[in-house]
Formats: sequence, structure tokens, C-alpha cells
Amino acid sequence: MIAIAPAVPAIALPAAGERELRLDLFRGLALWLIFIDHLPPNLLTWLTIRNYGFSDATEIFIFISGYTAAFVYGRAMREAGFVVATARILRRVWQIYVAHVFLFTIFLAEISYVATSFENPLYSEEMGIMDFLKQPDITIVQALLLRFRPVNMDVLPLYIVLMLFLPVILWLIKRSPDLTLGLSVALYAATWQFDLYLSAYPNGVWVFNPFAWQLLFVFGAWCAQGGAQRMSRILSSPITLWICVAYLLFAFLVTLTWYWPQLSYLMPRRLEQWMYPISKTDLDVLRFAHFLALAAITVRFLPKDWPGLKSPWLRPLILCGQHSLEIFCLGVFLAFAGHFLLAELSGGAGLHFVISISGILIMSAAAWLFSWYKHNADKSGSRSKGTGGNADMAGGGA
Amino acid sequence: MKSYSGLVLGLIALAGFLAAVPARAEETPASVSCEVPDYLLATESALPKVENAVKNKHSLDILVIGSRSSTIDSTVNNSEVAAYPSRLQAALKEKWPSVAVNLSVEIQAKKTAEEIVPGLAKLMEGKKPILVIWQTGTVDAIRSVDTEDFRTALDEGVVALQEAGADVILINPQYSPRTETMISAPPYLDNMRVVAQQHDVPLFDRFAIMQHWAESGEFDLFSAYHGVELAKRVHNCIGQALSRFVIDAAHLNPAQQN
Repeated sequence: MIAIAPAVPAIALPAAGERELRLDLFRGLALWLIFIDHLPPNLLTWLTIRNYGFSDATEIFIFISGYTAAFVYGRAMREAGFVVATARILRRVWQIYVAHVFLFTIFLAEISYVATSFENPLYSEEMGIMDFLKQPDITIVQALLLRFRPVNMDVLPLYIVLMLFLPVILWLIKRSPDLTLGLSVALYAATWQFDLYLSAYPNGVWVFNPFAWQLLFVFGAWCAQGGAQRMSRILSSPITLWICVAYLLFAFLVTLTWYWPQLSYLMPRRLEQWMYPISKTDLDVLRFAHFLALAAITVRFLPKDWPGLKSPWLRPLILCGQHSLEIFCLGVFLAFAGHFLLAELSGGAGLHFVISISGILIMSAAAWLFSWYKHNADKSGSRSKGTGGNADMAGGGA
Repeated sequence: MKSYSGLVLGLIALAGFLAAVPARAEETPASVSCEVPDYLLATESALPKVENAVKNKHSLDILVIGSRSSTIDSTVNNSEVAAYPSRLQAALKEKWPSVAVNLSVEIQAKKTAEEIVPGLAKLMEGKKPILVIWQTGTVDAIRSVDTEDFRTALDEGVVALQEAGADVILINPQYSPRTETMISAPPYLDNMRVVAQQHDVPLFDRFAIMQHWAESGEFDLFSAYHGVELAKRVHNCIGQALSRFVIDAAHLNPAQQN
């Protein structure tokens, strides 16, 4: 389901400076799916890709973020030099950090409300999650250090760390793209071999291990800097196609046994023991491969100049993808709010569906508004720096 | 005279019966069917020691090790009787009138699996149960313990229980929609499934069962205000489902044997 630019003509964009709409489209899609996945399961949940294979929207989001960040800031590095590009990247990191802290504040408000209003003896144990409210001083400092992260708030901290290292990654890619990718794979392998991780507060580890997830980010950057073009022969080979199809089918069948446990007797025990658990924290190689297969197939069948990309029907998705940081944060907030409404109104499936759809409409409307600001309200102010380091170019650094 | 005393006795019995009706209705309301689809109770793993004990010795000693979700708030009347371990015991006794079903409950509130494991051997020495039902995972999920540490602890725990001579059943966390945005249960559910499979131990999927009840409308687990009644009804149904699970896994279901 991802898109990256690999097919032969796909990588023609840097010169023209035109947007790669497929990136925007799929990042927008990833944002919608992340929103739906953060709500309690409902009808729409069945549309999200994690039900049909190993990988999910997070892989799409991180890969495209790596791709677009490298594309935007790589050009800044070529045109304005290492120092200026680094400065711009750091400014972007700061924005993401502030966004994360903002979301944390909202989360605190929600959890405090639940702590004071929720009374159900059935769940007195689960209410233990509120214990951290007893030590707000420590909790808040740990949150600012990115060590305390509530559920569903793990993507931005990962993204912050990856972006922090972007200047080094770009610098290396400029010298030797393949060496960079090789180092990234080596770090990934070392993570599995030596069990590298970042600890979290009060205990546990980062839900998305940056030592493992950097592989997707760097791979995205590598593709953006010409790797995709060089892979085009592999990507257009029918052998690749069949391997991808076979693997996706395999993953689909395995996933079926999760949702219909009646089928699980069909799974060979050996295979299960070798395969499970499929770690999301450490970006299991099965997940990575699943993402690659989806990306390869998407790139093959969705050309860069597909007329549908200009269709008004896909416009909301593309707009969301173009303002990914804002829309991501909004999505997390809307998921909190949706949860809250569902609980307060004891809503059934109908309300659930309405909330999901309204969330997507709000995200689209907000994206449209951001885009209006950028192209109209702010036009006189920021046009001049548009080419060099505006994070929203080509889908944004977010 | 005789007929009078008979009448009095009859009245007393009637009064007793009337008094008992509301109490009983409270514990096992007829409106709740506790319906659980078969596939949620299916397991490939067996309980040979339970089977043997019930068939040959006509006795069964069960030990439930759990955290607070194995109880109902203790300030409530009869909470112990209403919690699922007691409901399980009652259901088994009803099913096997000739078997002595003894059950004890060991609550280790606010302890992760890793913190419970060191005490298991001693616990087993004292009680020597035939069947240990280990409910865990909730505290670990709340504290977001490293899932690998969790898996290792589970692994060691199951081995310790088996070495002490018991059959083991694992019970995973409750489905708790209200705290879904705060507690991430899935990684712990997955790891429990993996460990159960590795050691060929039946896993009672409390999470999936409660989720099924929430989706089918049997229980409203989402809304914020509930008295203790909901907890009692849910525990009752879990106890019923668990008794079916034990009977099936021990191959003691007459229908199955025929």
C-alpha cells in the first residue's frame, strides 16, 4: 500500500519540483487508518490494512516520512549547505516535539477526567493506570523527556528521534547511499542480536524501538535519493511481482487465523512457533517484508501520472497527507474525543460509525483549511523560502 | 394439631423460598445467558491430571492465582462468593455432584508476573493443587512491562507450576473498553498465547470472551457508571464459561466422550 516512487519514471520529480502526489495520497491514507485504529474496533476497522497482513499504517507513515524528509532537506543540503539544512531540520524537530507535548496535555486532561468520574467495580484493577496521577511532578518531567508515553502516543517520539539523526543520514547518503543503507541494516541486525532498546518510564521500553524502526526511515531516504530509481529493474520484474503476491497471500491467510480462531488448527505448529510473536516494537522482519511487498505492488500498478490522483474524490486524502504533522495530531486528539463521546453517551455501533466518519471529515476539512492558509492567507509572508526547506513541500517533512 | 404444624412448616418454607428468590436472582439473573461461542472455548491442550483426579479420586483441588480482577471489590457483601473463582467451583460441583471440588484463591494485587514467579514454588508446596488457574497480564499491561520480560516470567512460572505437579490454565486480562486508550493489552495477550502454546497449556481467553459479550450486547462494558451488579453478573458468566472450559479441556464432557 505504499507508494513510493520506485517505478522507472517515478523519480523525475526533484528537477521539476512538482509534488509526488502518490506520497501525499498514501500518507493521507496512513493518517486515516491510524485514526481508525486508535478508536475502539468498529465496522471501519475492517478496512484497515492491519487486518489483512502483518504491517500496518505505521510502516507507511514512517517510510513516507523518511522519503519526503530526505527529499526536502536533501535538496536544502545541496543548495544551502549542511549547517542551514541541519538548522531547518532541528526547527522541524522542535515543532514535532511541541506537538507531542500538546497531545500529552490533552491526554492528561482526559485521563484525569476518567479517573475522577469512572466508577465500575468490575474494572477497579484497570483503574490502577491512574496511579501516575499521584506523582504528577515526576510523570510530567518524564513525559517531557519522552520517556513516559501514553498508549497511542508513541509515533511522534519515534519520529523526533529519527528526524534528529536526519542530518547525519543525509550527509552519509550524499557520500555513499548504499553504505548508508548497509549501516542501517547492520544497526537493525545488531538491535535484534544484542537487544538494543530505549527504556521508558515507569518501566518497559519504547513501543517503537528507534534502533529497529530507523531501517524504514533510512530506506525511505535512500529511495528518495536515487535508490528507487536504481531498483526499478528489480521492481518491474515479474519474479518480484509473484514473490510479493505470494507473500501477501500468505500473510493474509495467517491473519485470517487470528480473527477466526476456528481456523487456527490449519496452522502448522512449527510455523507458529517460529513466527510468533511478530514484534511490532522491533519491526519484525515479517512486517518489514510485508511492507516492501505492498510497496512494490503499489508502485507497479499505480503510476505516478495516474489521472485519478487529480480526482476531487482523492483530494481530501492528498490534502491530509500534505499536512501530515497537523493531521496526525488532530487524529490522535479526535480518537481521544471519540472514545470519550462513546463512553459518555454509551453509544452503540451506529454512533461509533458516525464518530469515525465525522473524524475523517474533520481531518479533511482541517487539511483543506491548512492548505488555504498556506496558499492564500500566508502567501505574502512565506513564499520566498518555499523551495529550500519548507517542510510541506513534496508532502512535507512531517 | 398435625395439620397446623404442617401448615406452619409450609408457610415457613414458602417464606424462606420467597426470601431466597431475590437473593438468588441477584447472583444468577435469568436474563443473562452467559452465551459463549464454542470456538472461544476450544483448546487443543489437555488437563490430564484433572481428568485423572476427577475420574479416579473423585476430588479436585484447584488453586486460582490472580490479581484484583479475580475478585470483586471486597467492601461489597458476598463479594467473594460472587467472584468468578467461586462461581467456577459452584458450577463444577453442580456438574459433578460426587466429586469434592476444593478451591482456594491467592490474590497477589498489583504484582507483575515477574514478581509473582519467585513465590510460586512455596505456594505450591503448601497447597499441592491438581489444577492451577493463573490469571495474569493486567498489572504488566498497566505498567507496560517489557513484553520479553513478561514472556520470560510467564515461561518460568508455567514451568514451576508444572514441575510442582499441577495442570495449568492461563487466564488473560479483562476486556476493558473504557481504558483502551490508556492500557495497551494486545502485546500481552499475544505473549500469553505464545507461552500457552509452547507449554501446551490451555489459555482461557477472557479478553475475547468479554469482547464478544460487549459486541453482542450481553453486557454494556463501556459506560462509566455501574454498581457492583454488573461486576457480579460478569463474574458469574466468566465462572460458567470457565467451568465449561475446564470440563472440555479435561475431556470430562460426557457428550464429548460418546
